[in-house]
Amino acid sequence: MQFMLLFSRQGKLRLQKWYVPLSDKEKKKITRELVQTVLARKPKMCSFLEWRDLKIVYKRYASLYFCCAIEDQDNELITLEIIHRYVELLDKYFGSVCELDIIFNFEKAYFILDEFLLGGEAQETSKKNVLKAIEQADLLQEDAKEAETPRSVLEEIGLT
Amino acid sequence: MPAPIRLRELIRTIRTARTQAEEREMIQKECAAIRSSFREEDNTYRCRNVAKLLYMHMLGYPAHFGQLECLKLIASQKFTDKRIGYLGAMLLLDERQDVHLLMTNCIKNDLNHSTQYVQGLALCTLGCMGSSEMCRDLAGEVEKLLKTSNSYLRKKAALCAVHVIRKVPELMEMFLPATKNLLSEKNHGEILHTSVVLLTEMCERSPDMLSHFRKLVPQLVRILKNLIMSGYSPEHDVSGISDPFLQVRILRLLRILGKGDDDSSEAMNDILAQVATNTETSKNVGNAILYETVLTIMDIKSESGLRVLAINILGRFLLNNDKNIRYVALTSLLKTVQTDHNAVQRHRSTIVDCLKDLDVSIKRRAMELSFALVNGNNIRGMMKELLYFLDSCDPDFKADCASGIFLAAEKYAPSKRWHIDTIMRVLTTAGSYVRDDSVPNLIQLITNSVEMHAYTVQRLYKALLDDISQQPLVQVASWCIGEYGDLLVSGQCEEEEPIQVNDLYVLDVLEGLLVSNLSTPVTRGYSLTAIMKLSTRFSSLNRIKKVVSIYGSSIDVELQQRAVEYNALFKKYDHMRPALLERMPIMEKTATNGPSETVQTNGETDSTILDTKHLPSISQPASQVGFLKHGFSIQTCAHFRHLNNIQPLNVIIPPMTAYNKNGLIIEFTFERSNPNPNIAVITIHATNSTEADMTEFVFQAAVPKTFQLQLLSPSSNVVPAFNQGSVTQVIRVLNPQKVRCYCEPRTHSASDLQCIQAINFYLSCVPGESNPQPCAS
Repeated sequence: MQFMLLFSRQGKLRLQKWYVPLSDKEKKKITRELVQTVLARKPKMCSFLEWRDLKIVYKRYASLYFCCAIEDQDNELITLEIIHRYVELLDKYFGSVCELDIIFNFEKAYFILDEFLLGGEAQETSKKNVLKAIEQADLLQEDAKEAETPRSVLEEIGLT
Repeated sequence: MPAPIRLRELIRTIRTARTQAEEREMIQKECAAIRSSFREEDNTYRCRNVAKLLYMHMLGYPAHFGQLECLKLIASQKFTDKRIGYLGAMLLLDERQDVHLLMTNCIKNDLNHSTQYVQGLALCTLGCMGSSEMCRDLAGEVEKLLKTSNSYLRKKAALCAVHVIRKVPELMEMFLPATKNLLSEKNHGEILHTSVVLLTEMCERSPDMLSHFRKLVPQLVRILKNLIMSGYSPEHDVSGISDPFLQVRILRLLRILGKGDDDSSEAMNDILAQVATNTETSKNVGNAILYETVLTIMDIKSESGLRVLAINILGRFLLNNDKNIRYVALTSLLKTVQTDHNAVQRHRSTIVDCLKDLDVSIKRRAMELSFALVNGNNIRGMMKELLYFLDSCDPDFKADCASGIFLAAEKYAPSKRWHIDTIMRVLTTAGSYVRDDSVPNLIQLITNSVEMHAYTVQRLYKALLDDISQQPLVQVASWCIGEYGDLLVSGQCEEEEPIQVNDLYVLDVLEGLLVSNLSTPVTRGYSLTAIMKLSTRFSSLNRIKKVVSIYGSSIDVELQQRAVEYNALFKKYDHMRPALLERMPIMEKTATNGPSETVQTNGETDSTILDTKHLPSISQPASQVGFLKHGFSIQTCAHFRHLNNIQPLNVIIPPMTAYNKNGLIIEFTFERSNPNPNIAVITIHATNSTEADMTEFVFQAAVPKTFQLQLLSPSSNVVPAFNQGSVTQVIRVLNPQKVRCYCEPRTHSASDLQCIQAINFYLSCVPGESNPQPCAS
């Protein structure tokens, strides 16, 4: 996979994951043009299209478009399954995920994606294992935060 | 200083903005706050600030000032910081900036961290955006982690290794020892997927690795077998199919290993047949596996029974309700139609049905596949469908479809009449979309179908009466009427009911073309010449003379020149007129270049006569010569350009001055490229006789799509004044279809007020087009 984009029906970007090195300007250009192209597709059209020299696989879930650019030798149908798996992971994590969840917790959406895909390939094909890893990492984060707070309270009182 | 606002609060605030300007204001305010917070080196809130910055970056606002902060976060000991820091690095940094190299040390440390989640973050970042330098530095660490017993890290290390290999292929050897046990049974299947991906990458890149890993085929077959036979494993399951992601990857690796190798292919035959027959196809996931299986079967040396099985699966896909499935079926069939033509033919009717699909991508694939399947047996039926498709398809398709139809018709036409009818149909339905080269091709075809002349001209005439907007149709029709007008009025048509028409009506029609707004200059040229030709076929001489003399003062230079010359033909050279305007003989398709038929030579020859085959300016359409030079006697001969097999440089074209204006002279010299005679090598020399240097001299050339052009670097961008030097540039042109080349040099000269001059000229002379005149645009 070369990149994955999530965007709303109004064309607002909600997540962008790039697996190929491109300058900011190029990324913006690609995003803008691709979003336009995908949004112009009618609902009955198939999920695959050729755009520039890439194969694009996209699927709409409620108000969000999930759009991936894959290489020539990649299997389009399994990419649809990858997208679906990611949506399932988000759904399990947020509990009935909706676009707002992704907007307000975009960093978590990234963390989940990074636990599922690495370098554009799936690293873990078990749903359970991905969610478990995220859970553990979250706990680690919580522990770290808890360890901090007493310190700053003491600091505020002036007793360091 | 108050604590910076939290991320969620910022998001909420920004979302309340009602206009773009309001949003920008909020963002600028917040950015300012963040910047000052960064300046104060505030450790506590750095994480929060960077997170906010990342949000604003996603909205499209610049965030580069946060790059160093990300690095500081990565270096921090807090897990939260590292998480956001690495995320920021992946979003804000890229390998083109040297800043990213500062990460290397941090990543190195984190790869050896005591917490596996930190190690995971480092591996993820490296595997996602590591540059070649970073990969070189850290490959050793990755390799170490590839051998660890911790499967969580091992799978990430495997994919990270894939990235390293992609960036620095020489390092592939380094990972070889670690791959020894990747597929072994001890690995509870958790790292199988990533291991297969790593092996695939290595095999794709190196033939040595490929032969080395061929011995894994039995193991892979075994794993695949277990997957499809084994019981229910809910966590790896998708719709009842065990770990489809792994199945697909294994099939892909098998494809690579089996390609070109008999033994491996044989070893996998059984499992492929098993997967192909046992996979549940009710959902997309099953079809994904079948799709991969089909691709593998087609690529390896499978036995024919298996291949037929694969094509049948594709045939079933074509009937699937799911568009996506139909799409991949068409794509795959397109790949296999050359090798398994007969098997694909069996599904022809389904494919043709796909032409009526609503989806653009499916229609295009179906069209390409249909053309590949046309043969002598099915030409009539297929053409019916394709013509219907041409009628109703999007404009983007029409050009390709029309070309395809012409090609197919040429190859398999069952009869001349059918061929002409088909062409007529294309011209009338998609006339404006046909390619430029089809007009001369059609003219040649019509000329050569001698027995069909009357029928053709009648049909074309009728078509003209209906519609004069489609230029290719009009051009062909005018040409035919000019040639065969006598057959038209004499009602000699055998194929269908001859129409009643007299010469006045015909002239009306042709004159109508001359004055119509819809006609392009080229079309006007055609019709004027057609009218002229009718002067020997019809009896309305006065009328024709009048028309011709009117256009002698036309604004269109091309038309004017023709009219003037025809006038001269009437006045001074009337004795030559019948010979000049005689019917065209059959054009040979495969003869060499140069004049093929000489109609007549008339006495006086003059050595100063410019042989039209050398000069780019042919002022007559459809290979009628008449290069009349006032004051010189002319040699009349009809030069034909052989429309399809022109060897542009069998004739040596002498150097010519392509442009000579405002002191800038551009000359072209031509030669044939030695190894490949189809490539024309043009060298341009630009000199400047004005007083000032011409700086920023740029030569551009545009060619039609059938051409390939290679513009090598010019010797310089400055054309020195007073002819003190010249700029040279080499252009290589490949003309695979040997049609006319149309080269339009543009020169931008800083010293020139008229910045763009356009010149049209022709490299190889082709009938039917107006003569080039340098014209300033």
